[in-house]
Amino acid sequence: MNDGVDYVKKHGIDRLREMYLKMNIIRNFEENIFNLYKRNLCYGGMHLSVGEEACAVGSCMVLKETDKIVTSHRGHGHSIAKGAHINRMMAELMGRKTGLCKGKGGSMHILDMSCGALGAQGIVGAQIPIAVGSGISAKLQGKDYVTLSFFGDGASNTGSFHEGINLAAVLNLPVVFICQNNGYAVSFSIKKSIKVDNVADRASSYGIPGVVADGNNIFEVYDVIEKAVERARKGEGPSLVEFKTYRWYGHYVGDPCDYRTRDEETYWKENKDPIKNMKRYLLEKHVFSETDIDSIEFEAKKIIEDANIYAENSPEPETESLLEDVFYAEAENGEVVQG
Amino acid sequence: MRQITYAEAIREAIAEEMRKDPYMFVIGEDVALRGGAFTVTKGLYREFPGRIIDTPISESAIAGAAYGAALTGSKAVAEFMYADFSFIGMDQIINSAAKSRYMFGGQAAIPVVYRLPGGAGRQNAAQHSQSLEVLFAHIPGLKVVMPSTPYDAKGLMKASLNDKNPIIFIEHKGLYFKKGEVPEGEYAVPIGKGEIKRQGGDVTVVATSLMVHYALSAAEKLSSAGIEAEVIDPRTIKPMDYELIINSVRKTGRLVVVHEAPKTYGMAAEVITAVTEEALEYLKAPPIRVAGKDVPIPYNKKLETAAIPSEDDIKSAVLEVLN
Repeated sequence: MNDGVDYVKKHGIDRLREMYLKMNIIRNFEENIFNLYKRNLCYGGMHLSVGEEACAVGSCMVLKETDKIVTSHRGHGHSIAKGAHINRMMAELMGRKTGLCKGKGGSMHILDMSCGALGAQGIVGAQIPIAVGSGISAKLQGKDYVTLSFFGDGASNTGSFHEGINLAAVLNLPVVFICQNNGYAVSFSIKKSIKVDNVADRASSYGIPGVVADGNNIFEVYDVIEKAVERARKGEGPSLVEFKTYRWYGHYVGDPCDYRTRDEETYWKENKDPIKNMKRYLLEKHVFSETDIDSIEFEAKKIIEDANIYAENSPEPETESLLEDVFYAEAENGEVVQG
Repeated sequence: MRQITYAEAIREAIAEEMRKDPYMFVIGEDVALRGGAFTVTKGLYREFPGRIIDTPISESAIAGAAYGAALTGSKAVAEFMYADFSFIGMDQIINSAAKSRYMFGGQAAIPVVYRLPGGAGRQNAAQHSQSLEVLFAHIPGLKVVMPSTPYDAKGLMKASLNDKNPIIFIEHKGLYFKKGEVPEGEYAVPIGKGEIKRQGGDVTVVATSLMVHYALSAAEKLSSAGIEAEVIDPRTIKPMDYELIINSVRKTGRLVVVHEAPKTYGMAAEVITAVTEEALEYLKAPPIRVAGKDVPIPYNKKLETAAIPSEDDIKSAVLEVLN
């Protein structure tokens, strides 16, 4: 993995530990959701990001706290990587009152403004123009934050992709567009949906850099995003980054995955597991011992177990809350009231 | 009092608020140098460099970027060149802006005003002449305002720019260059408050936007025949000022509702339903709808005129409801 570059020196032990821990937290989170779903404790369309953890963690590790992200229906990993409150995320997915969205948003609308996670969008491609707006804010407000917009290969064929990226390019905004190309838009193969080799090839038509990278190699993800973020922060404009990756569980929990072969799935799980690959690197370079690795993995497991306990013990929202938060409203004294 | 046009009134409101809020901006097609298709933002780019943002023809990006900026603390005014073009940005308005506060559990405030030049009368035909207020009013999370005079246009824009919810601000292309009294200095017209534009005791006529002017002119003619119509302009389509309308109906017992948008599933149906639910016992006759025909707006002047209500249609409806 990444022969020639010393990632131990580049990131240092603490950051490497954090990366490995966060990827494990995401994997445990998603697998916990899978189990909750089977027990009818999570509902609706549930899109898991197992297999794509490196894209989320590698990208968000580059960011400062003040930076922002906008994500997609497959956004649990990004929100966790940006620092969203895990217990309240779990509670949200179980539709509980203590959830980040008070049980009204669910999986596809997770948002935690406190950490710059500007929300998941259930409409494919919508997060692209929204990130452009966040970029306009950064410029108008004279702030140096950068906004990452995460989307899948499916979004790359929407009008929002074209309109949004072009607008960001002509306005020279501090936004990084990240396409996690996991090979399929629901069941439709990328091989059938575009005639160019890479989604990032389209960057040239917007006059911005386009980069293709291995989305399952966390160090490569980090390096590519580091460059794009630096460029954006310096006022040099947006980039389009494409990560080749794979979603293990298909489009949603329960997807029969009849559009792909078991061999293909096995290949990605055996050879391209971002967590296993990072672990191998950490062991080879003697950053951590097997015992260290076990203890990090145990920590991740414990965080998710605790989140699960928190969520399961959280109350359902009161029926009266149904009509709350439709509108923002202020009382005479300036206090926010339910409207 | 000084007289300014409807377009100038909106511009003045935007400029006043932009002076107070350095993060506020305008985004749309040809809004800087050209000042928009109807001159509303004309000249503002000089006073607010970098904050009147011209965009490529990308309504989806305009709508989404305005929302994204509002979500991150920059008050946004997004102009669609014609109301009809808002359809291309509809996803961001309806799926993102309208729903955010709710679906994010109250974590978001969305101070964005979407400006839509609507209405027929300029022979622009089917794709540049629609009245779309009800489509938006049907969506929880949106407020829809629709001023008929320069005074209301300025006051409602001021209120809209001080509201932290997404606002659909529908202007009428036939009103932009009409003058009216607008006092110097700042004021707001509260969202959700209608106004009695003409007092009368015989019949309540509720009308919006350009139709307010038709209704007032019809009322003057009816007055010479001894019929006094009370003309109410709700000014806001959602939330609707039902109280004002119902109180008037309690007095007159008769109701005519007028709008330019097509009749079927229109605002009149909603207003009449609300009145019958609340004040059926006061009604002396079945209420009447005077509305646009259920057709796309045609190009030919004679046909276009026939597609939307006229002063005579309103007069006839009043006479009918009095019979």
